[in-house]
Amino acid sequence: MADIQGWTLSDKGTAMDVKTIQGAKLEIERRGKGSPLLLLLSEEEQLDLASPFVAGLAETYELLIPHYPGFGRSERPEWVSSPDDISYMLLDLLDAEGLQNIPVVGLSLGGWIALEMAVKARGIFSKVVLVDAIGVKHGGVFDRDIQDIWTSHPAKVEAWKWHDAAKSKRDFGAMAEEDVSIHARNIESFARFCWDPYMHNPKLKRRLHRVTAPVQVIWGENDGVVTPAYGKAFAEAFANGRFETVAAAGHYPQIEQPAETLARTLAFLAQK
Amino acid sequence: MQSWFFTEMPYPHLPPMDELSTMRVTLQSKHFDPKIGADLYNRYLDEYMMADDAGLNLMVNEHHQTATCLDVAAPLSLAILARQTSKGRICILGNPIANRGDPLRIAEEMAMVDCISRGRLCAGFVRGVPYEVFAANTVPSRTVERLWEGIDLVQKAWTSHGEPFNFEGQFTHRRTVNLWPRPYQTPHPPIWITGSSDLPAIRRAADRGFVFATFLQPYTKVRQLFDAYRSAYKLNGQPGGGGTAFMPLVYVADTEAEAEAGMKELIWYMQAKTEPQYRNPPGYAPVDTNVEALRGAFAGRTDAMRAKGLEFQREQGVIMYGTPDQVIAQVKRFYDLVGGFDHLLMMMQAGFLDHKRTCANINLFAKEVYPAIRDLARTQPIEGMLAAE
Repeated sequence: MADIQGWTLSDKGTAMDVKTIQGAKLEIERRGKGSPLLLLLSEEEQLDLASPFVAGLAETYELLIPHYPGFGRSERPEWVSSPDDISYMLLDLLDAEGLQNIPVVGLSLGGWIALEMAVKARGIFSKVVLVDAIGVKHGGVFDRDIQDIWTSHPAKVEAWKWHDAAKSKRDFGAMAEEDVSIHARNIESFARFCWDPYMHNPKLKRRLHRVTAPVQVIWGENDGVVTPAYGKAFAEAFANGRFETVAAAGHYPQIEQPAETLARTLAFLAQK
Repeated sequence: MQSWFFTEMPYPHLPPMDELSTMRVTLQSKHFDPKIGADLYNRYLDEYMMADDAGLNLMVNEHHQTATCLDVAAPLSLAILARQTSKGRICILGNPIANRGDPLRIAEEMAMVDCISRGRLCAGFVRGVPYEVFAANTVPSRTVERLWEGIDLVQKAWTSHGEPFNFEGQFTHRRTVNLWPRPYQTPHPPIWITGSSDLPAIRRAADRGFVFATFLQPYTKVRQLFDAYRSAYKLNGQPGGGGTAFMPLVYVADTEAEAEAGMKELIWYMQAKTEPQYRNPPGYAPVDTNVEALRGAFAGRTDAMRAKGLEFQREQGVIMYGTPDQVIAQVKRFYDLVGGFDHLLMMMQAGFLDHKRTCANINLFAKEVYPAIRDLARTQPIEGMLAAE
């Protein structure tokens, strides 16, 4: 297959920019019309982008959707090793776009990156929506806050991630090779950034008080990777946080229950 | 050609295989009986000493959280052998420098073993097999960077004998590196490295004068790897002068039937069960390989081998067994097929293969086979390889 770094970055039906940020070429996608909203995708970015959740958001907002280093066709410089590094790159992106005080929606890994940005730049976000976000540790050293998706049997992991695993199924044999390659690269990059410390930044929880914007935490009722109790503790860590669950959804409610997740997101964002 | 005895020091006394989902990473240690373990450690060390007496060189390695290998700290077994043997060379293949995360401690251990053994050490470094990242919690896609940064630091530490130096790399930071002791051999022990597919890494090793070793691969693949090595090889002043090494399973007996029975015991190693998530942690294999795997075009090497019979594996060179004459012929055939090689690394004990038959295997090989292959021309001039005091 082609070397991903050598691919021609092309428009795939939505407006696609390539921005050089801190020396790395990142793909930035724009969708929809309206006031700007930063959408930070989960590690399952291909499924996110295909979901009615994203299409629905784009009916009300102009979505700015960055592909993180090592995701999509974005370059991954050697020095990028954590969501903390990525957060500085995306703060540079918002600076370059002249954007601040805008809403952000962060899905799983994207929720972690949103918080890494929010604690560094007060006022960058007007509102924060976190959907089954990772990124902090609530328990003690012997507690497993986040299930180990890399050490556990794939059948277990599938049950943790999905209420209905059929939603995750893809026919890789039928997919375009480029898309399979992006999928494989996303998996690698996710592991690179989140392996150690495992899916959290030990410092982040102590910094969450700096997030003063209203925070809506939305959680899949059947999320076994990070349980609703983890999400509830997340909401309680913010000055202005609230918590809701979505039934019949695992770790990716935006994919399993897009209408419900979208309705809750839009309702929160519309509140004065 | 140099021949090397090797066992992974297995703990085979487990419940029936069909009751276990894995022998690696998460196999509970309630299955380990320390009294049996004590017997096994001492037995395996005895076999190493016997192999030394019989005139073979010795190789050790390490793995973690697995019943397939009780040698969890190869520098410890190496240290025992450094003191308790006196003839052949001793090779660690290798130090899992990416996963251990403390290159200077490794440099110290190797220098100390080299002194105790009076210069009989070959110091290998390995990236580590996929399942090792779990015990060490190493980011799979960064193990190659860690391996090479570690080797660079160790070489510099071994060869710096003046002012302490500074090192601030990606993974290790020290401000006064000043190694004591220095290695017995000058400039340092021969460095060995392993690989199974990464050709640029093999050329890099060749360019630096390291010995390159590969394990349990069919001869067509070995030829490709060794050709890559030979294409880039440079003499860089290391004792022994580089070269290539291959490891099959080896069993020699007076009759072919006995040898086949022995090989059936050794093959236990190839059948060790591992849960799927331990075989390919994300980022360990390149994206291209994972694309092939996702599209169903790639099956693991071991799985493919496992499905075939003994005869097929023997034809591929992955296992060598038979009477002494048959094994001599198999080694020579493999030698010709891969364009020559310098070191025959032999897993001669595995699974339930008992002490008596392990000894018989070692002694018959040393007596009947080794003399007939020892003088096979080296692919590289390797001088002073046995220049221990």
